Amino acid sequence: MTHAKLSMGQALNQALRDAMRADDTVLMFGEDVGALGGVFRITDGLTAEFGEDRCFDTPLAESGIVGMAVGLAMNGMRPVVEMQFDAFGYPAFEQVVSHVAKMRNRTRGRVTLPLVIRMPYAGGIGGVEHHCDSSESYYAHTPGLTVVAPATVADAYTLLRRAIEYPDPVIFLEPKKLYWAKDEVDLTEDQPGIGTAVVRREGTDATLIAYGPAVPIALEAAEVAAAEGRQLQVVDLRSIVPFDDETVCAAVRSTGRAVVVAEASGFASVSSEIVARVTERCFHSLAAPIRRVTGFDIPYPPPHLERHQLPSVNRILDAVDDLQWEDA
Amino acid sequence: MTTVEEHLLPSAEPVRLLDEHGVRHVHPRYPMPAADVLVDGYAQLVTGRRINDQAGALVRQGRLAVYPSSHGQEACQLAATMVLAEDDWLFPTYRDTVSIVSRGVDPVETLTLLRGDWHSGYDPYAHKVAPQATPLATQLIHAVGVAHAARLKGEDTVVMALCGDGATSEGDFHEAVNFAAVFKAPVVFFIQNNEYAISVPLARQTVAPSLAHKGIGYGVPGERADGNDLAGLLAVLGEAVRRARAGEGPQLVEAHTYRVQAHTNADDAARYRDEAEVKPWLERDPIKRLDAYLTAEGLLDDQRKQEVAEAAGRVAEELRVGLMADVSPDPAELFRHLYATPTPQLREQAAFLQDELDREEA
Repeated sequence: MTHAKLSMGQALNQALRDAMRADDTVLMFGEDVGALGGVFRITDGLTAEFGEDRCFDTPLAESGIVGMAVGLAMNGMRPVVEMQFDAFGYPAFEQVVSHVAKMRNRTRGRVTLPLVIRMPYAGGIGGVEHHCDSSESYYAHTPGLTVVAPATVADAYTLLRRAIEYPDPVIFLEPKKLYWAKDEVDLTEDQPGIGTAVVRREGTDATLIAYGPAVPIALEAAEVAAAEGRQLQVVDLRSIVPFDDETVCAAVRSTGRAVVVAEASGFASVSSEIVARVTERCFHSLAAPIRRVTGFDIPYPPPHLERHQLPSVNRILDAVDDLQWEDA
Repeated sequence: MTTVEEHLLPSAEPVRLLDEHGVRHVHPRYPMPAADVLVDGYAQLVTGRRINDQAGALVRQGRLAVYPSSHGQEACQLAATMVLAEDDWLFPTYRDTVSIVSRGVDPVETLTLLRGDWHSGYDPYAHKVAPQATPLATQLIHAVGVAHAARLKGEDTVVMALCGDGATSEGDFHEAVNFAAVFKAPVVFFIQNNEYAISVPLARQTVAPSLAHKGIGYGVPGERADGNDLAGLLAVLGEAVRRARAGEGPQLVEAHTYRVQAHTNADDAARYRDEAEVKPWLERDPIKRLDAYLTAEGLLDDQRKQEVAEAAGRVAEELRVGLMADVSPDPAELFRHLYATPTPQLREQAAFLQDELDREEA
């Protein structure tokens, strides 16, 4: 398939389909992923094509879903599970932290867990309570997990294929507000793998560092800034763990100024980690302290207030304006 | 045609084929295991007891960080593995050292977790023994996954999943039994009810008539056995394994036993139980009763007992020597087994630690 117009949801569906065609040991299961095709339809048609042994509904129990994936992976399968929403994943947190993350380490490399935990992630869709958390920092803080978040349709496809082929467990965060974003993509085109950040937009004045749902808003801000005469570079992390220090630091050094953009609350977060890492490595290249545009340190707000939590073009541009410009 | 009640309910009394005096009781459903199996079981019980005793001694000498004893529970530990075929899987807890050794794992490797030099000292695939699990009940759902994978691959593997009475209060216990039932996974959930979860007695875990009754809500048959009677346990667990292998789905088995020692050496049992409670259980010792039965049947004599004791002594001696050897785990291994390919950050941290170690040496 070359150059089709696909939504991110369709690209994820195609990635699952292609992975299941390529490898009989790939299984997809979770809540409502069978006949319904998932509440976001990401598993649409998989049961019909591959049968109920390959794509199936489980009892409604997240810990059971993840725990069963551990056992299946121990015994030769490549399970891909869906947590229906990011904030429904917490009952499985013990399995993720105590077992998914640690099995390779506990057994000194003898038992490995090639499994993927997919979850519709972050906000911006008007979801009610417990449907829109940004939980990446919990996972990123846990050694042994690999954490990725695509921001483009092409990356959704490639990163999910790579995640399923990956020898270790991957937390795969799908920005739910981007599920319907469409792009003209060539799925056969090779994209960088897990652990690689990319520069999405070149710019010389300052670097915006973003991942997942924050990338499109950072690009939009860069577009507006360009019209106002400021060239902003945009780095898309793609992979939170492993973190691509090299690309990020090279980008920040090239501009000397940086703003980190993320939906999640800022305190003790991935965004704070990025600031710390970049400061440690690039301090002498920095013309100003790194700024952050993040969610407030509050539980994810109800739909009528969520716009106040999400990074906006204006907040990003204001943060950029604060980067101690000589002409200011 | 059996009713739902007949199909799912455990026996009215725990199944027992040998009472505490070693007297045989005929059970309508469960036949006596073969004589050679019981003689082998006796030898394993004696070895298991020696392993428990030796490990206790090694804790006192500072060679083990901790040891959760299964003294008095050896019949449960051994029956769990004696009924398994080579390709079956065992999912043990931290208390199941004797089960693991019985499965063929080297005793020193079995105790690596408790010595403290690494989290799992053995290769889980070598003997189909999962790493010992410390969080309660989490391993039970892994057992279901392993069993389900075996079914998908067309293998007739059965998985023996062990837990204690405390674990039956955890959510994962219920999710595991339910998942196994829904997927008809060949798993035997074997609860060693030793009456205490550290200091908390069974009455604080549940008011159910028995833990074996917990299967009913999931459509899983429950059965219970005298946990100090190896013959009864072998019969009940053997039947559960047979059913699972035949595609009849999971079963829940509860063994009624008792933790005659403290939870671990770090625990003071006198704070929460009366020592008078322990004494009757010592009288129900699994070794004594099998010894009495086999001796009365003419299947065990002093010479054989002597041989068994000597063989067990050799296992204990090997364990002692193995654990007396000083270990010096390689610090580089701290970074080696997190990912197939270490992240750049881990490589940096490994180099940092190496540099620190080099400077310590210099």
